[in-house]
Order: sequence, then C-alpha cells, then structure tokens
Amino acid sequence: MYAFDFVKPATLADAVTALGQDGAMPLSGGQTLLPTMKQRLNSPETLVSLTGITDLKGVRREGDALVIGAATTHAEVARDAAGDYPGLAALAGQIGDPAVRSRGTLGGSIANNDPSACYPAAVLGSGATIITNMREISAGDFFQGMFATALEEGEIITAIRFPIPERSAYAKFHQPASRFALTGAFVAQYAGGVHVAITGASESGVFRWSEAEAALSGNFSPDALNGLSVPAKGMIGDLHGTPEYRAHLAGVMTRRAVAAAS
Amino acid sequence: MPKDGIGASTKRREDIRFLTGNGRYTDDINLRGQAYVHFLRSEVAHGRIRSIDTSAASAMPGVIRIFTAEDFGHAGGLPCGWLVTDRFGEPMQEPKHPILAEGKVRHVGDPICGIVAETLEQARDAAEAIELDIEELPAVVDMRKALEDNSVKVHDDLTSNLCYDWGFVEENKEAVNAAFAEAAHVVSVELTNNRLCANPMEARVAIGDYDPWNEQHTLYTTSQNPHVIRLLMGAFVLSLPEHKLRIVAPDVGGGFGSKIYHYAEEAFCTHVAKVLRQPVKWTSTRSEAFISDAHARDHVSKVELALDKDHNFLAIRSTTLANMGAYLSTFAPSVPTWLHGTLMAGPYKTPLVYVNVKAVFTNTVAVDAYRGAGRPEATFQLERIIDKAARELGVDGVELRRKNFIKPEQFPYQTPVAVEYDSGNFHATMDKMLELSNYANLDKRVEESRKKGKLRGFGISQYIEACGIAPSHLVGQLGARAGLYETATVRVNATGSISVLTGCHSHGQGHETSFPQIVADMIGIDASQIDIVHGDTATTPMGMGTYGSRSMAVGGSALVKATNKIIDKAKKIAAHLLEASEADIELKDGKFSVAGTDKSVDWAGVTLAAYVPHNYPLESLEPGLEETAFYDPNNFTFPSGCYGCEIEVDPDTGKVEIMAFTAADDFGVVINPMIVEGQVHGGLAQGIGQALTENCVYDENGQLLTGSFMDYTMPRADDLPVFKVDHSCFTPCTHNPLGAKGCGEAGAIGAPPAVVNAVIDALHRAGHTHVQHINMPVTPARVWAAMNSK
Repeated sequence: MYAFDFVKPATLADAVTALGQDGAMPLSGGQTLLPTMKQRLNSPETLVSLTGITDLKGVRREGDALVIGAATTHAEVARDAAGDYPGLAALAGQIGDPAVRSRGTLGGSIANNDPSACYPAAVLGSGATIITNMREISAGDFFQGMFATALEEGEIITAIRFPIPERSAYAKFHQPASRFALTGAFVAQYAGGVHVAITGASESGVFRWSEAEAALSGNFSPDALNGLSVPAKGMIGDLHGTPEYRAHLAGVMTRRAVAAAS
Repeated sequence: MPKDGIGASTKRREDIRFLTGNGRYTDDINLRGQAYVHFLRSEVAHGRIRSIDTSAASAMPGVIRIFTAEDFGHAGGLPCGWLVTDRFGEPMQEPKHPILAEGKVRHVGDPICGIVAETLEQARDAAEAIELDIEELPAVVDMRKALEDNSVKVHDDLTSNLCYDWGFVEENKEAVNAAFAEAAHVVSVELTNNRLCANPMEARVAIGDYDPWNEQHTLYTTSQNPHVIRLLMGAFVLSLPEHKLRIVAPDVGGGFGSKIYHYAEEAFCTHVAKVLRQPVKWTSTRSEAFISDAHARDHVSKVELALDKDHNFLAIRSTTLANMGAYLSTFAPSVPTWLHGTLMAGPYKTPLVYVNVKAVFTNTVAVDAYRGAGRPEATFQLERIIDKAARELGVDGVELRRKNFIKPEQFPYQTPVAVEYDSGNFHATMDKMLELSNYANLDKRVEESRKKGKLRGFGISQYIEACGIAPSHLVGQLGARAGLYETATVRVNATGSISVLTGCHSHGQGHETSFPQIVADMIGIDASQIDIVHGDTATTPMGMGTYGSRSMAVGGSALVKATNKIIDKAKKIAAHLLEASEADIELKDGKFSVAGTDKSVDWAGVTLAAYVPHNYPLESLEPGLEETAFYDPNNFTFPSGCYGCEIEVDPDTGKVEIMAFTAADDFGVVINPMIVEGQVHGGLAQGIGQALTENCVYDENGQLLTGSFMDYTMPRADDLPVFKVDHSCFTPCTHNPLGAKGCGEAGAIGAPPAVVNAVIDALHRAGHTHVQHINMPVTPARVWAAMNSK
C-alpha cells in the first residue's frame, strides 16, 4: 500500500470539498478499494471516508418506499430492512461473509458496479432511484456496463430509494471461490408488473430479463418461465462457467426466486 | 496404565496456545535492527533478461542494498534431493535452479531481484523503480506441447523439456502388453489429477541472522524439516558447515508438503544477513505464495485394466505425463515415480503392472509433494478404472473389488511393483465402511432424493498407501540423496521429568501431545512429566523431519528405541539401589520392584540416583540418564482403508453436495485416537477440496488465473459433511515397535476417487449413462456440461 492521507468528514459538504482535491478518492466500506490498494493497484493521495456522515446512514420508510443511506452496511440492511422489504434484506444477508457485511456498504457496492455483485440486481429489479449530492438517477440509467455507472466526477451517492414490491426474492448461485454471484436473479412483483434483474451473468453487467418479466406479469409462477431462456451470447465465460452455463443459470435462478417469492 | 498412555484420546496440549493466539510463528519473531526483504518477481512466464538497472532504485529512501543473481555467483543452485534414472538407464535432466534468475525467467513469480530496505514499503517502492528489460519469449504450459520436437525450451542447456522417461517395472512391459492382447476385457480411462496449491494458513517466512563474532548463521524459517534445510542449504548452496549454521522452525502453521522444500528465499536471507551484518526478514504475501510455493499433482494419465472372463484383474498399464514446472523442486522427481508407480498394484492381486511416466518442464511454478504425493494419483487411477470396469461389465463394484483383493492370509504380500505389504485386511475395512454408511439401504435414499428432484449416488474407494519411506539403503538405490531414518533423544532430568528431543517437526500433527503418550506408557509416569523439543537444529539430534506420514511410524519408533535404552539403564540403577539382580527388576506404573518381593524404588528415586550418584555403581555404569536412538525402518508402512462418499447432484445447476462420508481406515496401532480422527478429517477436507473445488489454472501464456482466493476455491466447512471415521479394523505394522502405520495423508489419498465415483454413480442412476468420467475439480459447471453433452 502506498502512503496516503485520510480524512473523515462529518458532513456531506465537507466530503464534497475534500473530494475536490487532486488525487482524492471516496472510501465507503472499502471492501473493494482496500484490497486493490494493498496490491498497489490503486494509489489515492487522499482517502475521504464517507462513513462518518450521519446523513448517509440508516434505513427509513418513506411512504411506499424504503430509503437506505449509501453508507449503510450490508449487515444493517439485512437487519433493518427485514420488516419492510424482506427480499432486499435477504439479499444483503447473503453478500460475502460476516466480515464483509459488517464493513461493506450499499453505496459502495453500486458505485463500483461489479458485474457479479448482488446489490445491483436489487436496485435494478426494484426500479430504485439513486440519490446523489447532485441529482436523482433512475436505476435503469445508472448502471452502464461492467464497473461503469452514470456517476460524474465528484458525485456522491447519498441514498437509494427502493419502491417496496408486493413480493420479491433473490436467488443466488455462488461463484465458489469468491462467493460473489456466478449468476443471481432478483424478482420483484409490483402493481404495475414484475421486474427480473440478473447479475453475474452478462458482460454488460446487471440487466433486466424483459421476456421473463412479461411472462411473470401475466402469471407469477415458475411455470410461466417454461420455454424461456436467456441467450448465451454476451454472457461471461471464465474458468468458473461458460456463457451457456450462465445463461442456463439465469433461468434456473429466476425460477427459484419466483418460487421463493410465491 | 497411566491415564495419558498409548490409546488415550488426550486433548492436544499445544492447542491452548494456538487457539488463544499465543503461538510463536516465524513472522512473530523480530530481531533487533532487522531489515526487510521484498522480491521483484517475474510478471512473464518466460523471458530473457536483457538488463537490470538498479541504480535509481538503490538511491531511494531506506534502501540498503539490491541483490541480483550476480551477487550469488559463488553459490550453488537449489539442489534436487532425488535422482531418477530413466528407463534407458540414463540420469534425469537436471537444470540449475538459481537463487535469483540468471539470464532467463522461467515462470511468473521467478525471483529476479531481492531488495533490502529499512521498511517493507520502502523495499516495495524501490522494486518499482528497478528498470528491468526482459525480452518476453513464448511460454510453454501444456505438457503435450512441451514434448513436441519444435517446442520452446524452458532450459536452453537441456536437450528438451523432458526431465525423464521412466518405466516401471521395465522388465514387465512386454508381459503386460501380452496380457492386454489376450485379455477377455480391457477397460481404459484418461484422466487428469488437477494441479493444486497447498495454501497452508501461515504463508512462508524466512529471517536470516548472522553473528560475526562466532561466525554463526541462524535461519528462522517455516519448515517441516529444519535439519534437511541445514544439510541442503549448508552443503549444496552456501557452503556453510553445519556447526556454523542453525535452522529454527518454531511453530509452523501447516505445511502439507509445501514446507518440506528448500526455497530460494531461505538461502537469500541467510546469505544476505552476513553480507549486510544485519538480520533480514522476508514474509510471503498470499499472492506471492500462489506463485512461489511449490504446487502439487498436475498429472495427465491414461490407465488401462485387463481382466479375464471371470473378472480377475490380469494387468494394469498406466501412462502419465507429470508436470515438474520450470525447475526441479527438492523431491519433485520422486513423486510421480517411486511414490506413485510402487502403489499401482493397490490392494489388489493384479499380477502384472507397468507404469510409464514422462516428467516435463513447463513455464509454471515448480511442482512437488503435497499431502499424499504420488499415492493420490495412483489411487485415483485405480479406483476410477475399477469403477468404470464394474459399470462396463455390469457387475457390482463392491464384489469386483472383493474378488480381486489380496486376502488377509496372504500377507506379507509381494506386489509386482517392488514393495512388500506387511499387513492389511481390505475385506474388513470395506465391510466396516459398508456397515457404517448403511450401504444396504442406499436404494431407498436414492429414491427419496429422486422425489426431491435430486440425483443421489454413492462412490467407493479402497486405498493402500505407503508411509515412512525407508529403509535408507533401499531409497538410496532408488535415487534419494538423503537417508530416511529418524532420531530421538530422551533426556531424563534429575527429579524424573523428561525432555524428548526429536528430529521430527510438528506443524499441526499434535506431536507435543502424542509423543509423550508413548514415553508415559512405557515408563508408567504421567504424560505431563514429559515435554517435546523440536524444530531447532541447535537443540535436537539430526532428524529428517515430518512428511509422508512418517513421524509416528519412524520418529515414534526411534522414541521407543531411546526409551527402551533409558529403561534398561534405569533397571541397572534400580537393581543397585535394591541390591537385587537386574534380571529380577520389574517396571510397572513408574515403579521398579524386585520380582516376588515388596522391595521397590520409584521412578524419581532412580533418576535422582542417576544424577546424584552417591549410592551408584560408578565402576560399571556412567551417571546420568540420557539416551539417543536412530531408527531406520526395514520397510515402508502400509496404511489402507475403504472410503464411501454419498452425494446429491442438483440436476438444474450441476452442484454436488456431499451428504455423508464414511472412512474406515487401518492405521495399525493408534496412539491418540482423537488426534488420528482429526488428521483424517483434515485429509478428507483436502481430498474433497481436490475433487470438488481446488484447481490451479494457467492460461496459454503462463499467467496464473487462480492467483488469489477470489478464484482458487478452498473447501470450506459448509462444503463438507460430518465425517464418520473409524479405525477399529486395524492390523499392526509388523516391523516397527509401535505397530503404527501413519495417518496424516490417508484422507487426501482415498477421498478424491470416492467423490468422483459417487458423482458418476448418481448420473448413471439417473440415466446419464453417456458420462464416463468428469475431470477434477467436479465443479457445478462441469457436471452440468457433462449431463448436457451427448
């Protein structure tokens, strides 16, 4: 790890100021950034911790939505969202291991947009809104492919607003070593229709499986997916699975998520 | 019998310090004024070093000195401890293995420069400022390609990438071929034994220290065998006499074979401490471990079995390519040959066996022994081919095995592959495994799984292995450049407590608990009176260390021998004290008495007399009570057993879940059943890890794709069932005083074929009869692909 300065501002405004300096990088839970720094693959001059900003933390109900601060840890979401949005809480409770869940944060995960991360599936599958210090971004616009998002320089995610579905579930097939999602499916049923978001599978990152959404909106049961499949083209192929295997798993995990939500 | 004698499940006394974080590992040692070492390692698999410019880096803050190969011109290469002679009578090709890369780099991770600085971060900063000019060369990773005539050569000064072409037993080759030509049935399978990385919890560490006033070198290192390191490094690399070189291997956090070998970093730190007159410390990172610790296995084999019309095994023919990596690690050549070919008869009375092994150099990390070493590869071939034979012939695999087992009354049994099994009872361990696993009710469980949408299967593996490799004169004939005895010194103190100095090394095996149990049992005193000293060449007698499941069978036997010497002398002292004839002295429960009388003296009375010899037969007996014994076994020991693995496959995902695993082992006489059970658990976890999850994967350019735990899948607790372990069906070893055979590697040897056989069984029961074999690791993706390939 290279030497760096560390600041932990108490307000969003101070964080924005600190991030305006050359070579400054935001630090949330650090579950991705810190390992890359230890390997000297990242060399920020200043780390600006966001976890000291009270406004960025916590889970609160706002009407039909659950608003979760960006610096809320996975473990806190697993605990505090369980009553209002059990599908989301269950997803958070399956991320990594207890140590990761106690440090890693919602905002950090989606800002990184790892194509195998779990949270992007819930954010996209909920049609959530990403709230930043500058604006609000719909989930559909936010995720822009592997490790790419709509975030601008100096833009900080402050919270995510999740519309609460009638029912939902996440089914995850582990990449056995990292225990990220080799393929995961998040399914949520809303009055206006069913959302299906697939993570871990596509070279373009998290995506919505519209064919399955249409079928499930008419009949929310695993059988509604009979005959449907995700094309293997564009899926990730690596030593843990071929594109064909991931495409197949997308179907299996979607069925399992529907069954779990039913 | 004392409460902690032979056969007692005494709790491991060392666990208190390990579990409370109070172990003293090498990285816990910090010497005054120590500097830190960082190695600049090759990022390419194969390249020619055009130039190394360290001038800017050397001027950086905190940098003490940067070393390159030029600084080791006086030193030898890292030696190989085993010379294999090929089937034409020629010695293997043996390339130099320099401490730092000379002229070429040959694998990702090959060390080029060693940077010594006041802090580790300064050393790392300086490494980035070194200007390296390396001409990248095409890498050769695939063994078949490496053997092609026009292949890139890993070593320019060798004639090819072939290390050796070994045949065993060469004289039987034609007879084996003839048996195949005439056989009623021939079955064959091609399989790989996947490349592994041991990944002990503690990564390697080396600290060099030098005392100029006594010209004394000390190396603190994470080793399984400090005396072997002293011999190899002192005699072959740095030309240091033993009395000026001390090796300390304190608490070591697991080895599994990977800490047997003499590594470049050890020689570097030892030498540099003298050059700089300053202690230097190197601690491997986990990322470094993946590209610098010896890897394991990596065999590609074809095995064939010939049977007569009654299904008697006639002959086995096995052909293997064995990856050596870029250099020969310390014992690498012995693994695919003498530790593999000699086990290819297995527990069966197959009259003819021929094994051919070509060992191959590639641009990958060196490969060497790892828990099992050669025997897992042999067992995997045998138990897969027998499983396949049973399916092809439409017979029960249990019956096919039983029919061909060596029978209990046939021991000692001379195999056609040189070794003579002294004892065993394969029928008994198989019956025990079938009983404990409730094999009789398997079909019912298969049906219950089917109702849940899961495919259940059961796999059997009957193994025999060879431990405590010996005797020294024989292994010398086979090419070993070392002896394979073991030593013990029993130092009895004046008031009766005992320090046992052993040449074995405990790095998880529990010697500190089990070795005292032997002495306690023999003398009849409490085990708490006895301590074990190990891991320091300055204090312990020359021993060969711990690997190959040898410590109890060989080191324990040395301890018995030394303790018997102690008892003999103590009886002489007791006879004098009791004014009786030595022949009439009996030792029981720590008390010496005169047979048929009530005259006695206790243990402490005798030991005190030995050290305060006021009333002592000084004219015929030296004072003191300390004895050393060297024990060189007459033969290997041959643990054996039967494993049963029951699994469910999720047909939607291909994921394999182990529902039950039963191990019925014959380890001979067991000293501490609880420790043995723990050893079996660990071995099974690693065997199941190899079968289901672990795999070192290189791309075609020689980049390691599985260079971290994000991609290299270690088995975890939730991948494993609660094991059923039994060692009640034992046949004592006939040639060592304990009757013990060794237990450390059995699990890793017997488990992989049981797991794979179970998966194949599940698929066949569900109608996927086109699946003949799935290579390890049997990952969900591979199972799904196999099910869906037609």
